Order: sequence, then C-alpha cells, then structure tokens
Amino acid sequence: MPVSFAKAALANRYDVIIIGSGLGGLTSANRLAYCGYKVLLLEYHTQLGGLATWFKRKGHIFDVSLHGFPYGMVKTCKKYWNKEIMNSIVQLKNIVFDNPQFHLETTFDRLDFTEKLNKQFKIPESTINAFFSRVAGMNFYDDQSMTTRELFEEFFPGRSDVHRLLMEPISYANGSTLNDPAITYGIVFSNFMNKGVFTFEGGTDKLIGMMTDELEKNGVTICTSAKVDRIVVDNGVVRGVEVQGKLIECGSVVSNSGITNTIYNLAGIDSFSDDFMAKADKIRVNNSSCQVYMGIKKEEKIDDIGDLLFTSTAEEFDSSELCDFTTKSKTFSVYYPKTRPGHDRYTIVASMNSNFEDWNSLSEETYAIEKQNLIDRALIDLDRYLPGAKDKMDWIEAATPKTFNRYTLHTQGTSFGTKFEGLDISRNIFKEVSGLFHVGSVGIIMSGWLGAINYGVIVSNDVDAYMRTIT
Amino acid sequence: MTRDAIKDLVLEIIEDIDEDADFDTLESDKPLRDQLDLDSMDFLDIVMELRKRHKLQIPEEDYPELATLDSCVNYLEPLLKDA
Repeated sequence: MPVSFAKAALANRYDVIIIGSGLGGLTSANRLAYCGYKVLLLEYHTQLGGLATWFKRKGHIFDVSLHGFPYGMVKTCKKYWNKEIMNSIVQLKNIVFDNPQFHLETTFDRLDFTEKLNKQFKIPESTINAFFSRVAGMNFYDDQSMTTRELFEEFFPGRSDVHRLLMEPISYANGSTLNDPAITYGIVFSNFMNKGVFTFEGGTDKLIGMMTDELEKNGVTICTSAKVDRIVVDNGVVRGVEVQGKLIECGSVVSNSGITNTIYNLAGIDSFSDDFMAKADKIRVNNSSCQVYMGIKKEEKIDDIGDLLFTSTAEEFDSSELCDFTTKSKTFSVYYPKTRPGHDRYTIVASMNSNFEDWNSLSEETYAIEKQNLIDRALIDLDRYLPGAKDKMDWIEAATPKTFNRYTLHTQGTSFGTKFEGLDISRNIFKEVSGLFHVGSVGIIMSGWLGAINYGVIVSNDVDAYMRTIT
Repeated sequence: MTRDAIKDLVLEIIEDIDEDADFDTLESDKPLRDQLDLDSMDFLDIVMELRKRHKLQIPEEDYPELATLDSCVNYLEPLLKDA
C-alpha cells in the first residue's frame, strides 16, 4: 500500500525519483522498475492517478477523465502493464452527436464514419477515402505548417457540418482547435478511427488499484501526500529532490508534474540556458475544463441514451465557442451499471472545455453563483435526452478550472497539457539538465490516457539510456 | 554473435512483444512493420530490450536501420561481434 510521506521510511538515495503519479508517471515508474532500477514515486495528492481520478459521494463513484480512449490501449496495457488490466478494456458502442446541424449515432470507427459521411452528408466515397489515407499517414515529425482548418477545407470545403463531426470529439479529447497543426489532429483522430472508443470496465479506481498492485509487485516505493518543493540541480546535473525540507538523492528525476511547473517551479529557470528558456517561455498550455457530476438514486434507473454524447445548441461549430464561459456545447458521459459490474449505479458526467482565467477572476460570491448556473445549464441540456432525470438524482456537484488546478497543480488547471511546442521542450529537457526528464501531457498528441501511457514508455527509454551512461 | 544468432535474437524479442506474430511467411528484406503489424512503440520496445540484454545504445537517428530483418542483422552485426 502507498504510504504517506510523513509515515514513510525512505532510503537516502534512489536510482530514479518520479514526481507525480499521472498515467505517464505511473507507467514510467513501472517501466524503469522493469529495467531493474530502484524507483521512488512521489505523489502530492492522497490518491494516485493524477487526472485519471475518481471520487466517492453518497454511494456514487464519479470518474473524472474516463470518457473513452482508442483501441491502442489494449496493446499498450498488455505490453507495459499486465494482461489482467488489458482484459478489462471494453468497447463503448454508442457514441451520439446531437446539434442543430445533424443528429447521428455511431461506433466512431472508420467503417461507420465512411458510411455516415457518404449517406448522411453526401460526401463522395473517394473523398472520404482520400481523407482517411491522408490522416492515417501523418507522423509527429512531419511538416506542421498546415492547420486542421486548412486540412478540412481541402477535403470538405465550406462544410461546417462535416468539420464539426470530425473536430468536436477531438477538441474534447485533447483541447485542440482548428488552428492547431493538422498532424496533431490526424494522429489522434486516426487512433480513434482504428476500432472505435473503449473504456475500462470497473472504473478508474479499479484501474489505478491494479496499477498500484503491479508497481508494488515490481518493487516501486510509492509515497502519497509528498509534495516535492524543488528539484535539486548541481552544475547542470540532477542531484535529487527536496520534500518537506528533506533531500532525497537520485540519478534521474522524471517529472510528471506539468512541463511548465517542472521548469518554473521545481527546477527553476536558473537551471536552464537562455536559449532553452526563450523557447520555454513560448509554451502555451491547453484549456481546462468544467464538469458537472450527477448521481442517480440507488433505486432509480435511467434509459440507455448512449455512452458518450456530443451535444450542442450552437448553430455552427466554433473552437472558441467550446471554451466560452457559458458554452452551449458539452459532452455527457453516461455510466450505466455495466461500467462497474456489481456496483449497479448510474452516474452522468457533463464535461465542457473552459478557460482558467474566466473562473479565477471571479469574486468568491460570484464564483459560487456561477458554479450553480453551470449546474443548472447542464441539467437543462440533459433534460433533452433524459426528461425528468433531475428528480432521480441524489447528488449533483460541479468542478471548474480552479478545482482542476487545486487537485493537479497544473498551470491554469490545464486538462490537456500543452500545445504542440511543449513536446520539443519536454523531449529535450535532459539535454539541458543531465538526469532531468519530463513525462506528461504535451504537444496535444501525447495527451489522453493512451498518449500519457505511451509517452511514459518513450521517456523511460531515454532515462534508461542515460542511467547506463552514469553507472 | 553470428548473423543467424542475431536474427534469432531479433525474432525472439518480437515474439515477446507480439506472441501472435507469424514468422513463417516473413520476408527478411521487406519492412517488419508492414508484415507483422508492428508500430513505432514496438520498435522502441526492441531498442529497450537490446539495451537491456546486450547493453546496446541505439540512437534515435539509427532507428530506421531496424526496418527489415536483414537491415537489423546488418546493423547489429558489428555491434554484437563480441557478444
């Protein structure tokens, strides 16, 4: 069992210290333990998982970021975790779109999208195939001058309805907009289109529990309530980390706190060259989120209205409208008893993209009022799909960008890490400070559950290569 | 290590990554990626495994050398000559 820092009997030195237990940090810990290193994982919160988290209220378990991931997760969990975790991955078969431009239900894979685009949107099959081929061939190192907007205009000129179908889900998945590089869109969209949308049966709590067991089996020391105050750097080389005034030495630090946190708050700008800082200063963090969590009373049931609903009453799709303080667009993730077999409860989570400053600038009083307004808007929108559902609920609460900031410490509460430029900084930070690595959502593509886990593996490879040069 | 031993080593690592990999029809001069359903993460696994087993450091710019079974053997032969 993970122990709190205050009660932990820690060694003075580890091979690798991981700061933060998001899916990237957890995966790095597991990979590096597999490589034979003595690993210490430090988490500021009392619970592991980072934004892959959950909370319990009145018999309900609310999942914060379990909304659906690509099929690639199956192979990734098998290779970098274990078969038991892999075997809990199941498909979400009913993805719903509902907005003034169109209504459709889909399995969200290439086959079904091709049919919908052809029959419902009257796009010639040759155009659809050409589009799919183009996005499937995209690599992160390709030219990034083309934006997603330009990509859509090339294949589907003037078709804002098609743009909406293709973009809206990805905006919720990773905060990207029509102005971001087309490659970030293409890579993520293709991942989903492979076989559709999948989830973890048993919920986030089960997944993180299974990962914790695997880490402990592999000898990783895990400490919670352990907020790292700083990364100690001596003459351009990592020496260790400082927690509550105590120095713990190590050969490498893998920071799974945000890249901006890592540079500005943990290592400090003096640890880096002017050239590197000039690039780091240009990192833009992605937007944050608002969520409304709704729990249905134990004895009540709700109809099956789909697993994941992309809803909007905005006439047309607009990336900035999605982040509006009073956006008309939101997703509903509906968790039926099948989500947690045996638990047999229904919960609904409404999610919206949102900007930190819009909420952070409010007075305490206005903040409370606006939070209630947020809940009211979600209930009105949900009523279109589940009339009267409000009367069946015994728990409703909301989270704002401030909530995300408080629990994850992410800069501006970002839910999706950074824009594209963050990837290069993250990948190269160890060339600035020997032994300092970063893992976590960066560059849009290394985001989401699958992106975070795979990036944890990629960074572990860098760490392993470095560690072998110093021992 | 002989060329045959290197070939066996690479196939053994791939089998660990994908137990369903079918080697019977594998053409050694064609890209592994197209024949075995391997993705870029799988190639990273091969790199990590070679480092773990034989202390080989393969820089990122050399990853394309691992594209086919033949190119793997050609690339690894001098590196593993004393192994």
